[in-house]
Amino acid sequence: MTDNLINNLTDDHKDALKEIGNIGAGNAATAFAQFLNCKIEMTVPSVEILPLSEVPEITGGVEDRVVGILLKVMGEAPGSILFVLSEESTAHLLNIITQQDIDVSRFSEVEISAIKEIGNILSGSYLSALNKMTGFNLVQSVPGFSHDMAGAILSSSMIPLGESSDYALLIETKFLDGGNEIEGYFILIPDPGSLDKILKALGFDVK
Amino acid sequence: MSSTPIRVRMAEFAIGKSPDILVTIGLGSCVGVAIYDRYNNIGGLIHIMLPENKKGLKPAKYADTGIPLLIKKMEEEGAKRRNMVAKIAGGSHMFSNGDDNGLNVGSRNIKAVREILAEQNIDIVGEDVGKTYGRTMEFHTEDGKVIIKSYKMGKKIL
Repeated sequence: MTDNLINNLTDDHKDALKEIGNIGAGNAATAFAQFLNCKIEMTVPSVEILPLSEVPEITGGVEDRVVGILLKVMGEAPGSILFVLSEESTAHLLNIITQQDIDVSRFSEVEISAIKEIGNILSGSYLSALNKMTGFNLVQSVPGFSHDMAGAILSSSMIPLGESSDYALLIETKFLDGGNEIEGYFILIPDPGSLDKILKALGFDVK
Repeated sequence: MSSTPIRVRMAEFAIGKSPDILVTIGLGSCVGVAIYDRYNNIGGLIHIMLPENKKGLKPAKYADTGIPLLIKKMEEEGAKRRNMVAKIAGGSHMFSNGDDNGLNVGSRNIKAVREILAEQNIDIVGEDVGKTYGRTMEFHTEDGKVIIKSYKMGKKIL
């Protein structure tokens, strides 16, 4: 049933979901830029509908070592938020915050806390925009951190989705700083049952 | 080296005959199950994501429907049940807040895989499971060797 909805979304539905990405990520990019005191740009969000088996590949190399911050979204339309950064981007970000050289082979506890906090700030501003659009009261969990294979991070983030769907719907935005030294993916992963709730809240008549 | 490795993606499986190499990359909380017929040198590898297929979804995604399916397909390729042994890897907790997305699915997957293999009378002869890191599994059907690669532990042979 849920797979039916995912696979039968109209262009209007997709545009509305993209708009969530646009406003949510725009809000998050502003918060990010203020926090770092530098310019952060974002790409036009994409709404990806794909078989679960393809999800581990969406950020590039499945075996590449990346940093992932996962937050659970709780409330009327549960889901997850995953923030993925390359090692170089993470080092660059941490360098801006701590003014120290970063050893990417082993992040310190303080560095991990700083990265989690970035995940918190971004997700918080994204969700507050989403809440304004939908009238929901979504809140985020404590962030989880992982520094490992992209495929392992992505696949493990899809568990709630995989429980009831063979397909994933992801609202993905890419963040970039002016000098291309920071490149990150911000991915909103609605649980399958949340999709119709989000669309209804945006004024669509979904069965 | 022998032929190009056959990729097994999440929620999928593949079967190979010696000297094929089957590979699944980026096992996090998912579990890779390599089943080997050591006399006919036929191997099957599946990348399962969850323990139980409650809603009739893609069989290869789940331990309870995927493992029997893999065994059946291996038998169709000439493998014999009594020759089969298994090696398993994955089922980790990837995120530092302890349980991935609050579901503790890594441990549930490992438990389910053990139970299904026991039901099917297939012994587990090698494993690298649990803990907190991602793994890649490379299964050589020539001799049944399984190589586990991870950023934390490097290379390990099962």
